[in-house]
Amino acid sequence: MNETKNSGSAGRLRALAENLTRVFTNQGCTIKHELGEVTIEIPTEHLIDVATRLRDEPDFRFEQLTDACGVDYSEYGRSEWTTGEASFTGFGRGVESAADSEPENDRRFAVVYHLLSISHNMRLRMRVFVDSAQPIVESVTPIWKSAEWYEREAFDLFGILFGGHQDLRRILTDYGFVGHPFRKDFPLEGHVEMRYDNEKSRVVYEPVSIEPRTLVPKVIRSDNRYLGDANQQQDPADA
Amino acid sequence: MPEIRNYTLNFGPQHPAAHGVLRLVLEMDGEVIERADPHIGLLHRATEKLAESKPYNHSIPYMDRFDYVSMMCNEHGYVMAIEKLLGVKVPERALYIRTMYDEITRLLNHLMWLGTHALDVGAMTMFLYTFREREDLLDCYEAVSGARMHAAYYRVGGVYRDLPDEMPKYENNKFRSDAEIARKNEVRQGSLLDFIDDFTSRFPALVDEYETLLTDNRIWKQRTVGIGVVSPERALQMGFSGAMLRGSGIAWDLRKKQPYAAYRAMDFDIPIGRNGDCYDRYLVRIEEMRQSNRIIQQCVDWLRKNPGPVIVSDHKVAPPNRVDMKEGMEGLIHHFKLFTEGYCTPPGEVYSAVEAPKGEFGCYIISDGANKPYRLKVRAPGFAHLAAMNEMVNGHMLADVVAVIGTMDIVFGEVDR
Repeated sequence: MNETKNSGSAGRLRALAENLTRVFTNQGCTIKHELGEVTIEIPTEHLIDVATRLRDEPDFRFEQLTDACGVDYSEYGRSEWTTGEASFTGFGRGVESAADSEPENDRRFAVVYHLLSISHNMRLRMRVFVDSAQPIVESVTPIWKSAEWYEREAFDLFGILFGGHQDLRRILTDYGFVGHPFRKDFPLEGHVEMRYDNEKSRVVYEPVSIEPRTLVPKVIRSDNRYLGDANQQQDPADA
Repeated sequence: MPEIRNYTLNFGPQHPAAHGVLRLVLEMDGEVIERADPHIGLLHRATEKLAESKPYNHSIPYMDRFDYVSMMCNEHGYVMAIEKLLGVKVPERALYIRTMYDEITRLLNHLMWLGTHALDVGAMTMFLYTFREREDLLDCYEAVSGARMHAAYYRVGGVYRDLPDEMPKYENNKFRSDAEIARKNEVRQGSLLDFIDDFTSRFPALVDEYETLLTDNRIWKQRTVGIGVVSPERALQMGFSGAMLRGSGIAWDLRKKQPYAAYRAMDFDIPIGRNGDCYDRYLVRIEEMRQSNRIIQQCVDWLRKNPGPVIVSDHKVAPPNRVDMKEGMEGLIHHFKLFTEGYCTPPGEVYSAVEAPKGEFGCYIISDGANKPYRLKVRAPGFAHLAAMNEMVNGHMLADVVAVIGTMDIVFGEVDR
């Protein structure tokens, strides 16, 4: 970390974390304070209530919603690069596609909001997990107007619905696009490609012709430099 | 009585004043806007999804292409987020180089904004003036990274290399006389720092030149005063940042309030506006250019006096030098691992924001302990600003839409991502 956080801002964040714990724990919220950032996880049903209080109460005063985005946690912590058996020809390693796995659970989709308090000069992250079968959450647009486009984006890219949003249309993808491209089960190459057809003299859509391939596999190393001393030994196969 | 009806007017995406690929659907009552509906996404490249499939370092050049007129500031936001995640401590000289280049970038961006904004509103000459200075600043980019725009100069743990001792020079050619080439090369005889020093001594007078053309210009004032007024409360509600927020009178600047890089050691002021209209935002940005110039001067002074490393020596995140790589086993392994697999970050999530020329540029990274980000979300200032389009142009005339697009300083690379 290059910015030397003065004790003032660190102290403010600690006080914020304590305040949040005191006020919101009975509503089922959990508060984390890591890497100099405070995160509050809110149960879906209390989102509007908690968010309104975060904006209005003098201890918090988060006047601005700087960012909101969807997250798809379905492949979280899953490595594509697993070590199989070692033989005299080498390691049996290969890239495994994650498409065949079953990610469905209650904690697949989340919406993450980033708040900024100008008056107290501090930031807060709110996270709400959304039911993956029916991903719907109340819209925070009545509280922060800037959420309008961020929620449209989360709807477009992840298919998360926002109840009470006035204008929930697609925003970034093409007119008539099918699917939600930032979900982990949506291939990077997409499903269709388009080109200009000379005979039909119009643009045509066709199934993609490029093969999916992984250039650099995703590897997870349990690096004991980061995990503290007591936590974990480094996996000998990865050494 | 003739029947009166409202028009729906399509503005863009190929309109020259739309600053790229903005499509606006305007509902008009005569010449007055009743509703503006921006259609964006025509430049959507899914950069955030691409970043999920690549090791961290491979995405640094993508950052340049978000807001493609303030390249290095975007890189700064991204590498800062990774550094925070890894807990890397950046050498001080690298911090000063970053600060200096952030401010050079701010000048580049504001010059581009000033030229195009004035051009949209009808002042042709500004464009020629500002692009003259942009040329010099792009030379600074070129000297340090080899590229005039998409530099990829900031790396995790520092910057790619130290400032060069020599400026690239013009070569004699048949299109210009040798005397003219010699005149152009005159300021390029010394090191990069000499060149920047010379630029900063010239620049304030040049800003005065811009101001003589615009600040008291009757037409300029008619087109901008009282146009697109935003109250401080609304500016906060709509998620404004940067000059859009300061133009409405809120003294909020991340360089002062949440200092990063070497901004804590810098002496500069934050200009704010009073009325929150296009003219105030123009004045704010003009003053920001003068302040940036001051910061660059301070950085040049510091950098002259303090040599040192510009990137961390931890070869898990930064490559070893070529000699070590060619001659040492350790260096070879580090090099190989870094360029094939990259580095793994500890699991966790960070949000780190910089004061980019257009406003708060933030990177939100979720890591699951892998060598690629699990999710990268870029918070682009232009996205929030453009979302307020409807509110800002409502009740204004069609011609004012162009002034409002100009004042927002929209670049579609970052809005569409």
